[in-house]
Amino acid sequence: MLLEVKNLTKSYAGPDGTVPVLRGVDLTLEAGETLALTGESGSGKSTLLHLVGGLDYADTGEIWMNGRDVARLDDAGRAELRRTKVGVIFQQFNLIPSMTVAANIAFHARLSDQNDAAREADLAHGLGLSEQLHKYPEQLSGGQQQRVAIARTLAARPALILADEPTGNLDEGTAAEVIDQMLALVAEAGSALMMVTHSMALAARMGRQLHLSQGQLT
Amino acid sequence: MNAAGLSALWSHWWRNKLQLATLLAGLALATALWSGVQAINSEARASYDAAAAVLGEGRFDQLVPASGDAIALETYVALRRAGWQVSPVVEGEIGVGGTRARIVGVDPLTAPGGSGTSVLTAPPEPQDFLGDGVIFAHPSVAEALTARVTQQVITDPGVAPDTALMDIGVAGQILDRSSLSRLIVWPEQPLGRGTLSEIAPELVRQGAQEGAEVGRLTDSFHLNLTAFGLLSFVVGLFIVHGTIGLAFEQRRGMVRTLRALGVPLNRLIALIALEMAGFAIVAGGIGVLMGYVIAAALLPDVAATLEGLYGAQISGALQLRPDWWLTGLGIAFAGTLIAASGALWRIAKMPLLASAGARAWSVASGRTRNLLGLSAVVFLATAAVLIAAGQGLLVAFAGLGALLFGAALALPALLDRALAIAERVAKGVRAQWFWSDTRQQVPGLSLALMALLLAAAANIGVSTMVSSFRLTFVDFLDQRLASDLYIQAEDAEQAARVEGFLEPRTSEIMPLLFVDTRLAAGSAELYGVRVGATYRENWGFLASTDAAWEQVAAGDAVVINEQMARRAGLWVNDELTIAPEVHLPIAGVFGDYGNPIGQAVISEALFLKLYPDIRPTRFGIRVADKDAARGALRDFGLNEPQIIDQQVIKDFSIGVFERTFTVTAALNILTLSVAGFAILTSLLTLAAIRVPQLAPAWAMGLTRADLGKLELLRAVILAALTMVLAIPLGLVLAWVLLAVVNVEAFGWRLPMFVFPLDYATLAGLGVLAAALAALWPARRLARTPPADLLKVFSNER
Amino acid sequence: MSVKVFILALLLPVAALAQGFAGLGTDADGFTVPERGFEFQFPRDHGAHPDFRIEWWYLTANLEAEDGTPYGLQWTLFRSALAPEEAEGWESPQIWFAHAAVTTPEAHHVAERIARGGIGQAGVTAAPFDAWIDDWQMAGPNFEDMQLTATGTDFAYDMALLAQGPLIFQGDEGFSVKSEQGQASYYYSQPFFAIKGTLTLPEGEVAVTGEAWLDREWSSQPLADNQTGWDWFSLSFDDGTKMMGFRLRQTDGAHFTAGTWITPEGQTTPFENGVFKAEPLKVSDVDGRAIPTQWRVTVPQKGVDVTVNALNPNAWMDVNVPYWEGPVTVTGSHQGQGYLEMTGYE
Repeated sequence: MLLEVKNLTKSYAGPDGTVPVLRGVDLTLEAGETLALTGESGSGKSTLLHLVGGLDYADTGEIWMNGRDVARLDDAGRAELRRTKVGVIFQQFNLIPSMTVAANIAFHARLSDQNDAAREADLAHGLGLSEQLHKYPEQLSGGQQQRVAIARTLAARPALILADEPTGNLDEGTAAEVIDQMLALVAEAGSALMMVTHSMALAARMGRQLHLSQGQLT
Repeated sequence: MNAAGLSALWSHWWRNKLQLATLLAGLALATALWSGVQAINSEARASYDAAAAVLGEGRFDQLVPASGDAIALETYVALRRAGWQVSPVVEGEIGVGGTRARIVGVDPLTAPGGSGTSVLTAPPEPQDFLGDGVIFAHPSVAEALTARVTQQVITDPGVAPDTALMDIGVAGQILDRSSLSRLIVWPEQPLGRGTLSEIAPELVRQGAQEGAEVGRLTDSFHLNLTAFGLLSFVVGLFIVHGTIGLAFEQRRGMVRTLRALGVPLNRLIALIALEMAGFAIVAGGIGVLMGYVIAAALLPDVAATLEGLYGAQISGALQLRPDWWLTGLGIAFAGTLIAASGALWRIAKMPLLASAGARAWSVASGRTRNLLGLSAVVFLATAAVLIAAGQGLLVAFAGLGALLFGAALALPALLDRALAIAERVAKGVRAQWFWSDTRQQVPGLSLALMALLLAAAANIGVSTMVSSFRLTFVDFLDQRLASDLYIQAEDAEQAARVEGFLEPRTSEIMPLLFVDTRLAAGSAELYGVRVGATYRENWGFLASTDAAWEQVAAGDAVVINEQMARRAGLWVNDELTIAPEVHLPIAGVFGDYGNPIGQAVISEALFLKLYPDIRPTRFGIRVADKDAARGALRDFGLNEPQIIDQQVIKDFSIGVFERTFTVTAALNILTLSVAGFAILTSLLTLAAIRVPQLAPAWAMGLTRADLGKLELLRAVILAALTMVLAIPLGLVLAWVLLAVVNVEAFGWRLPMFVFPLDYATLAGLGVLAAALAALWPARRLARTPPADLLKVFSNER
Repeated sequence: MSVKVFILALLLPVAALAQGFAGLGTDADGFTVPERGFEFQFPRDHGAHPDFRIEWWYLTANLEAEDGTPYGLQWTLFRSALAPEEAEGWESPQIWFAHAAVTTPEAHHVAERIARGGIGQAGVTAAPFDAWIDDWQMAGPNFEDMQLTATGTDFAYDMALLAQGPLIFQGDEGFSVKSEQGQASYYYSQPFFAIKGTLTLPEGEVAVTGEAWLDREWSSQPLADNQTGWDWFSLSFDDGTKMMGFRLRQTDGAHFTAGTWITPEGQTTPFENGVFKAEPLKVSDVDGRAIPTQWRVTVPQKGVDVTVNALNPNAWMDVNVPYWEGPVTVTGSHQGQGYLEMTGYE
């Protein structure tokens, strides 16, 4: 088992007092498995993803990954987890604007000391980025930027990829294309994928679907 | 991980080279101004210290001959054998290679600590100094001396300029004299020694504080320079703060990404700190070098200024001293730390998932503004107390600092009020939008505007002081140099013949009689003058009785200079003891600028009664035809150099004062330029957050060209408002400099004159600086692609 | 550079003795070197010997006030030459310096003077005898009858000296060996002075009487390379006998000792190396330094086994070349008093 989430709760301070976002979520994920998290806005799906990635702090509950409870890790421990085990892809602003595409793709791998130029070139090729390697992110289209983020994540060979609406900012056609490429490469790499999406069509292409409603899995 | 993290951080600068240049330039400029001024200061100080230590002045009492310049060796031995702990010094000048070298011989065996050889940078071996007579010479004379003497000459920058230090025996040989010049008195003396009047009645004891007078004057000048250096540094810091703030805002997204990819927060902060330290070293190094260049460029003027003003000798050569070199780098580090600490703190506090887009980094809330206003009130109150009640130069400067700081802190609130009023009275929606939008920019621009305020106020304050000084001084010279020609006779005998010759040929002869003495417990010059029309018409008083000169002429009164009056707490109608048993009322106090020594003036007749041995050798004369008089005097047998035209003296004296202020003027211009630079960088910083603020106005019908023009107008208006506030601040600054600092430092108060035209010019320059600074950002704004403006409405920012 | 450092460097030959700096010890640099069998001539040899590197006139006295309070007094004039000659005026290579001290059970007053020869500020003439530096003086019609004065910022004294016995020649008839390598000096003493006069102290003037011991010594090669300092004793026993002994400390922990036994009539017995023995019994902290202020002194062949105690352990001479010098009391096989000098403890 790659990931086991037990009874996870999280609430935020809102203008009218505390707002519960997650109310006791349990979840498991096997290595190489792909999982879609769906739900309405505010259902807590992004929060769950952030908590698993150690990007945010849970109120109660446990997040077991690699024999460690992510919820109990300090900042350095979480950083190490993200560096070596997890790759995160946001909806936008994933890239370092002052670095070229090539440097961005290699960046996560360099952080985790897994830099492999051949693999990065393969990934760039697979994602159709070979012509863009010397450009800067601002010179790319939204779809190209997300492809770079995907390449960067896969280059670091994480066991688990967390994607938060990776194609939410793209038009439908581009989104489908990007998702195709991503799923193929993820399968090839053997990483597990947990993706937040509100597109049912996209969710259907994943191995498993979980729906979040009012902070609980249904 | 470190390499990857640093490469990401560095890539930002690589992509934003202008920002990098601004950061480095700001930091380097700040350091340069500071370290340049420090370089001048420490160089000058080192020279005085060397001079003072060689002379043994300032710290020790001395025994000097009451007349002449020689003390017999036997007198020294007699004093020692009577228990007096004194150390001999032989001094004199010799011509070497077309210049003059001062020869100073000391006895290291008896010299008290802190005098004698203690100035040398490399300790001499006793065998060398005493046995072989090695000479230690300042670089300015070392080479010429080597050719002149048989002894080995070692160059030592610790020796005073144009001076060579050696054993007393060697000095005696070179100067060919067996007598001593003076004796330094140890502060501690043994029990039961004889009295000076019994052992050596021909010597007089000179108090230690007299040598310190030069130190007091020059200290004030240096304090002035230091204050300017610090002000410049603060102005520079505004730039650095602005640039670093901008860089951090622009890198918020990168910070989020780096953390999301697993760079721990502590590591990230450490890497940024490392990056900043690197900048501090590079920019600090450049700044120190630039400071060196500034100092080297200004130093000849400073040297001339100090020498002309105070007779203090200062070396014209600049040395790279480790002390200011290190303080320069230190201040660059401190500045970077101050500028970056806020940004680092924000990064440390920023939640990982915070928005990646840039936000206004200095949008001040109402609470912040109130806090600033409160601090301003506290600072201004402190300033008022220090300036009104404080004593001493440092307190006066502290008061000045508090005043400037308080005024700077008050600026945002004052601008906000002014703009709010403009907004209320504005007609039309476009004007209202303009004023409210301008008001919104104040917090973001406040640092730069504060810099402009301080630079302009300092400029106005100093130019007021300088111009007041000049006006007063030229008046004073007209008074003092009222006679047409000055005659310098070779001796009293020639003087008497000249006087007889001139009697029928001139309208007025004014012999100059004077003696160095002690009056009112300080050293002073006592003058005897022949009171005539010239004195009555040209010598004005700061305060006097109705018929001051008549009283002086009758021998019933004395007039004294302001320095003596202030130092001794005397004023008109007080009594001054001129000689034992001779007490005279003070009939007037006259201004005597640039002179550290007290002066008292009595009638010629009284003077000759008190000092029957002193005969005049100098005269001032009034003649109708200068050239004819000059010719007659030449025919009489006087050399050309013995006849001095007063205009030449006047021009020379004014020239000396002109040079005094070249330095401050240069620093003023530099400071104003730096303030303009601060505005530029602030506007560039704000440009990023301006787009979303302006996009709605654009969408609602303002053209991009309109936006650019208004942006320029906005900068001009803010600068103009700041300049309006800078003028009263500058005048207060000038008043403090003239009426408080000057009295503390120099002992006289300068009348203050106001120069509205100058201020208008300065204000114009300040606005121009702001307009120039705003030109490029405004142009960039006018050329913002519509797509960028549209983006504001379509994505997260 | 401070004047102090300058003077310290200047006094290196003496500093060598006091501080164990022995670089100059063996090389005489053109100076005359003491030789065995030298015939002293007086009054000539009471005067200065500018062809030797160093020389001193060293007087110590144990005094007593009318109320029985013990005092110690020191008056020392040193000569140190940069070159083996004398010259008129400032060119003189002869450097003079002097130390004066008064020790009470509670306090220790010190003063120092430095001067150059050649200008009359300091010097020594043999007949009439006159040794002076500034206002300090030891002078009289002859060496047996002298007046002694010195002043400091907080003390002064004015004493009369009258010799009660003959001169004593130390070592081999005045040739005093200082090391196994043969370093030596000329050394004679006048240990039989009666002294009387007035001390001026912060608490007032004190009339005192007592006995004084004057050492004359000159040399050009003071110490061997391996010698770091010395402990010097001059003891006067109640039965009228006197004893001088010194111990030169070596870097290897061994000592070179010598001494002289002096009968009340002035008969002398020199001690070979090792006969005179001195061992510290107690160490005091004097201004941060560990100084032995109580000693066991033994000379078995004379039946001497005594404890020597400092009257005031704080008798530190804080001058340019600092050392310890002060009055002592003697108890044990013999009773008495004396003076102790210890150098090289800085």
